[in-house]
Amino acid sequence: MNVAVAKTGKGRAVSDLFTSAEGRLPGSPAVTAVRREAFETYERLGLPHRRIEEWKYTDLRALVGEVLPLAASPDAAALKRAADAVKVHAIDGARKLVLVDGVFAADLSDVKALVAEAGFKTLREALDKDAGLLQTASLDAVIALNAAMATDGVVLSIADGAKLSAPIQIIHIATAGSVSAFTRSQIVIGKGARATIVETFVAADAKAYQVNDAVLVSVGDDADVAHIRLMDDAPDAVNITSHFVTIGANVKYNFFNMTTGAAVSRLQGFITLAGEGSELSANGVNLLQKTEHGDTTLVVDHAVPNCVSREIFRAVIDDRGHSVFQGRIIVRPDAQKTDGKMMTRALLLSDEAEADNKPELEIFADDVSCGHGATAGALDDNLLFYLKARGLPEKQAQALLIQAFVGEAIEQIADEPLREHVIGIAERWLERRS
Amino acid sequence: MALLEVKDLKVRVEEREILHGLTLTVNEGEVHAIMGPNGSGKSTLSHVIAGKPGYEVTDGQILFKGEDLLEMEPNERAAKGVFLAFQYPVEIPGVATMNFLRTALNAQRKARGEDEYSTPDFLKKVREVSKSLNIPQDMLKRGVNVGFSGGEKKRNEVLQMALFEPSLCILDEMDSGLDIDALRIAADGVNALRSPGRAMVVITHYQRLLNYIVPDVVHVMSKGRVVKSGGKDLALELEASGYAQFEDAA
Repeated sequence: MNVAVAKTGKGRAVSDLFTSAEGRLPGSPAVTAVRREAFETYERLGLPHRRIEEWKYTDLRALVGEVLPLAASPDAAALKRAADAVKVHAIDGARKLVLVDGVFAADLSDVKALVAEAGFKTLREALDKDAGLLQTASLDAVIALNAAMATDGVVLSIADGAKLSAPIQIIHIATAGSVSAFTRSQIVIGKGARATIVETFVAADAKAYQVNDAVLVSVGDDADVAHIRLMDDAPDAVNITSHFVTIGANVKYNFFNMTTGAAVSRLQGFITLAGEGSELSANGVNLLQKTEHGDTTLVVDHAVPNCVSREIFRAVIDDRGHSVFQGRIIVRPDAQKTDGKMMTRALLLSDEAEADNKPELEIFADDVSCGHGATAGALDDNLLFYLKARGLPEKQAQALLIQAFVGEAIEQIADEPLREHVIGIAERWLERRS
Repeated sequence: MALLEVKDLKVRVEEREILHGLTLTVNEGEVHAIMGPNGSGKSTLSHVIAGKPGYEVTDGQILFKGEDLLEMEPNERAAKGVFLAFQYPVEIPGVATMNFLRTALNAQRKARGEDEYSTPDFLKKVREVSKSLNIPQDMLKRGVNVGFSGGEKKRNEVLQMALFEPSLCILDEMDSGLDIDALRIAADGVNALRSPGRAMVVITHYQRLLNYIVPDVVHVMSKGRVVKSGGKDLALELEASGYAQFEDAA
């Protein structure tokens, strides 16, 4: 297959990207029509750039330039490398679902258990029946591109009242360089169910690849969900991920994102509180070094009264890294008694590090309690000296203070083994800087 | 044997000279008190010995066990056995005291080429010492000094002294902010650590502390120099007559 990209200019990969991939994109003729329309939307918009307000700080035309051709299906050697990566990154006791270069790898996954416990299907299977999987409320260029190009993903349907004791870990592994992987997943959590979903993004010896992922989550009333995303892609990779989450009534939804990899990344989460009495905790950590650009954008939409949302975000930026946090809280006219708080703090470890914080409150109801705060600063010299005077070398003293700084966000993860897993990834990031 | 030798030390902070040629020798096993009015340079001396940034040494030297202390990073000085008990111990939210103690102790041991403490030995030692200092166990689970009272912070400094077993302890205004009971507990902890191989430098504005930690030698500092040295009676003399007589002498 000829996957060469004829590039006509920044931000405009020609339709070769689509036509050359079309034979590999699953779905009925109805699905193909949706894909074609989505691709036309992407072509019309091009990659987002700084004149689009939502993408002001993450100009993909400047940072990424072109969309790379679709990755080939992994061969035996790639699957072997992926299997090794799974051993390193799998969480003890978790049920695994593994996507390699955007293709579901059944042999590396706990298919049987998850079919039984979580109604598991692949996106490829689900698309035969449901073109709606490719449709979302918001359709910016990267989401449209994802709808057009998604090769695979996982579709979970957790039954009403199901209490899943083991976390479900979706592991995205890149084994090929200079290609793109497009994945889309759907997670439907039934009423009163309890589940923990972890998403992990890593490389197995792959360089300079691109990931475009979309996850559609729907949470039934009275459910209790922990959703953790750990993006540790290769240092020269690109990862653009969009989450659409709709939350029912009396739900506890605890989301955590950590960015420790990729040259350019953005997680954009659109979370709608659609049922009363729910509690959303949405937290994140960006750990960036060299020239990494990491963007966490969260839009929390209080559509109904009596919900609570809490956001704690921490960025640690070394070298010439650039962290972006955009947090928007929307309170609809009916959403009285909304309680929404957002706190973001950035720690700058070098003079050239950059942090952009953009908190936005859009409040249309009059009986609410909403607030936000943002700080940016360096490590406190007095604390550093105290630790050094007690015997800690400079780097170790810094590491201890950095861990404490991000700790407040990580502590929001209730499950202790998962928290330790996340702390372990943060510690490895700290060891990489030196 | 001389443990600490400060020779003709001159120190500047932002273009202003604070120490104008200070000389001081502390031998193993001795407890020295340094007294003096505010602004005489007492705390500057303690900071320079510990290696706090922001001080420029323009002349003189500091030898510790014969080695040039000024060439060492603060953490290297700590591993060699220099301990500064801070006048105002900092609060470090998010770093549990127990984790901090273990990390610091093991960093020092590693720098000296010693094995890390085993967990049971470490816990046993912390429990012993904290009990003698009246430090409750739940305090050790909290962030370093976070929400501690003034007395608790100072006791936490003494706890670290006991754990790290330094050969030189510098106590910077240990009595500031302490009521008499808190002072007695902290001083008892310090006295328990007096030993023939260990020296202490007690920096204080008031004679009161020296009722509890009785020094072998008392130095009076004024305007960046030691202007008088003597036995423990010198402190009582100062209490009666004040520092004014030395302001002119300096």
